[in-house]
Amino acid sequence: MSFFPYAVAAWLFIIGLYGIVTSRNFVHLVICLAVLQSSTYVLLLSIGYRVGGTAPVFAGVPVGTLAVDPVVQALMLTDIVVEATVVALLLALALQLHKHANTLDPDKLKALEG
Amino acid sequence: MNRRGRMILFLLSAAVFGGVYLWGLKGLPPVGHYRGPYGDVLNQVATYERHVTDIVTAVNFDYRGFDTLGEEFILFMSVVGGTVLLRRQREEEKSEHKDQALSDESPERQAPEPSDATRVLTLGLVGPLVVFGLYMVAHGQLTPGGGFQGGVILATAPLLVYLGGDLKKFKQITSHTLVEVAEAAGAGGYLAIGFAGLILGGAYLRNVAALGRTGMINSGGTIALINLATGLEVAAGFVLLLYAFLEQTLEIRLRGGK
Repeated sequence: MSFFPYAVAAWLFIIGLYGIVTSRNFVHLVICLAVLQSSTYVLLLSIGYRVGGTAPVFAGVPVGTLAVDPVVQALMLTDIVVEATVVALLLALALQLHKHANTLDPDKLKALEG
Repeated sequence: MNRRGRMILFLLSAAVFGGVYLWGLKGLPPVGHYRGPYGDVLNQVATYERHVTDIVTAVNFDYRGFDTLGEEFILFMSVVGGTVLLRRQREEEKSEHKDQALSDESPERQAPEPSDATRVLTLGLVGPLVVFGLYMVAHGQLTPGGGFQGGVILATAPLLVYLGGDLKKFKQITSHTLVEVAEAAGAGGYLAIGFAGLILGGAYLRNVAALGRTGMINSGGTIALINLATGLEVAAGFVLLLYAFLEQTLEIRLRGGK
């Protein structure tokens, strides 16, 4: 069981990638990318986890209580912000694409026009 | 590339990823047996050094503050990029429905009115959400939360107004110029606090403000101030993005699209 969260991270990565590869709609593709990226959250949090550890917030518990790693949690916040920005930009691109090409299906796109 | 070729490429990459991932896992401790020293050191000293109780916020806005500055500017640039991507295109400018857009009354172009249930729920939530967002921004150094989380919560308030009303209501409660100024002030505020550290303390982003008493709302020195700046920037940035996207829904509806 002790490697189970790592397996969940790998599964999220693979299933997200599968969604991107087989996607027939750019909005669906962007969400698949978000799923793929959430695998990094699971991975980061499971690396910093400690059995019996509390959250690294010492409001109500004394300093020195066994706690999980705050550094990976801080990194994860960066991760979430980057994901939000990437999703926003890609959705904006998808919207403009739909206006120009009248489709969101990657397979129906013709060659790029200049 | 056809679908079959893509599937083959996917299976190949998935196999390679799986192999490298398993190889990498061999070097990791089992889940729950974290070994790194940095987190433990910070858990021990951050409360004494910075008078904060949320160590994650201390890492983000102090120990690793320079990285978070970069992160904030990623968000800033993404908002700029989103606004540029969704700007009114030349042909849309020409069609000149800029002014009549909000007064277009033909029935097939109108969005359906939100139901009473939607309206009551969304408008009832606006007040509590604003309070909750401000609470999140202000208490980042004490409990989980902070500028990023609180900023996003604050930005959902105008979105709820849009859901319960329409774009006109959304525009009534958000001034585009003011939001732009807030966005710039938030991003610039973070930079300025960094320079204050450089001038008063000799290092960029050094925590030079009074640290206050641990557990109080004004504790943490510059951590609390940077949280406020970030909260402003994130809330304004998300409102600007909403603005750009919602303008587009109008544009598309006017063209007779769905």
